[in-house]
Amino acid sequence: MDYHFNFSYIWRHFDRLWHGLILSLELAFVSILIGMVIGLVLALFYTDGNRWVRAVVTSYVEVIRNVPLLLLVYLVFYGVPSIGGFEYSATVSFIITLSVYSGAYLVEVFRAGLDAVPKGLLDAGKAIGLTPWQRLLHVRLPTMFRIVLPSLSNTYISLFKDTSIASVIAVPELTYGAQWINFNTFRIIEVYAIVTPMYLVTGYAILFALQRLERRFVVRR
Amino acid sequence: MWAAIESLPFLVQGFLVTLQVSFLVVAISLVIGVVMGTGLVFGRWWLYWPVRLYSDFIRGIPVLVLIFFVYYGLPVLGLNLDNFWAAVAALTAFKVAHVVEIFRGAVQSIHHGQMEAGKAIGLTFWQRLTWIILPQAVRRFLPPWINAVTDAVKGSALVSLIGVVDLMLAVQQVIGRTYEPMPLYVTGAIIYFLINYSLSTVSRRLEVRFSYIRD
Repeated sequence: MDYHFNFSYIWRHFDRLWHGLILSLELAFVSILIGMVIGLVLALFYTDGNRWVRAVVTSYVEVIRNVPLLLLVYLVFYGVPSIGGFEYSATVSFIITLSVYSGAYLVEVFRAGLDAVPKGLLDAGKAIGLTPWQRLLHVRLPTMFRIVLPSLSNTYISLFKDTSIASVIAVPELTYGAQWINFNTFRIIEVYAIVTPMYLVTGYAILFALQRLERRFVVRR
Repeated sequence: MWAAIESLPFLVQGFLVTLQVSFLVVAISLVIGVVMGTGLVFGRWWLYWPVRLYSDFIRGIPVLVLIFFVYYGLPVLGLNLDNFWAAVAALTAFKVAHVVEIFRGAVQSIHHGQMEAGKAIGLTFWQRLTWIILPQAVRRFLPPWINAVTDAVKGSALVSLIGVVDLMLAVQQVIGRTYEPMPLYVTGAIIYFLINYSLSTVSRRLEVRFSYIRD
């Protein structure tokens, strides 16, 4: 093998990777935030709703979870504007897609969490005269969050990795930066030698941060 | 709408490639994953650590990066795979890590008393594994593994990005000719949905079927 490693091109364009990583994190963060709102609201609707509400929530979850994210990204970016007669930037389009996508996964997580909140706690809340809203805010949701924390961290990591798919619609995140350097300098091995640790370190940093949070708050059952 | 219907035969071609990729990935990763998983659960440190590192490494990077690396990067190191096999290799490497973890979870859920009982009646390690541990672990293994299969089918859409004409790229190519994105994406979504939904229904059934087992 007579390949000569040359990292100088990578350092010259390193700001593309660095800004890409920041954008990846931002995409994941915003999408997860919106996804959590979607997931929480729908999980509450599902748990307290009638047959029809449940059917609607279930079909949303099943449709999104059984279709490739790549296809959803294309569909929202190319498909929806073509019939809606409006446009949005690639970044906005990807955030919409990933929010809807993460929402579907988070509904399931939250639903399981809400089911696991002990009935006795809610009865106790009722007994001391809390209103339904107070019971939701001070009893049900905090208990649920403590129960679902471990499954949340897995979902967060996988959503962070999924931001790499934004590169296909030219959102300049980390994978896009890598591909750009690839095609412009052909220092392929070097690019991946840098990008892979960037993903790994960030991913595990998120994981360890969440595990610390878990140790403080999680309810052992 | 007609474009979607007229192009169905072409989409079916792509669909077959999707099935082919998924099948190869699922089959190869099952074999390698179970072997490596055995090393992880029962192996000494020199078997345990390489598998542990492999699994944590692979699961920490996006599969898309892995695909690009195998397809664009490996030729530089002298390993030249065409796009189909590069895609299969990358997705398999990824799926192996998941199979290892599912296998580990399934085997470790079997009470260690079972292994000790086998030892007590004089079975060898392989006898204990094949006659005592695996038959019980398979019930814990199947439901999450079928979920991993649906993930493999969904993940196979990424092979379109290195030019393998699977269902996803077939859809893209038809759109390139007809400029009717919405009906075609929806058709593609329906096809993916049908495969995966039937798979996840099987998984859910199995989970209910095996839920009587407690330990």
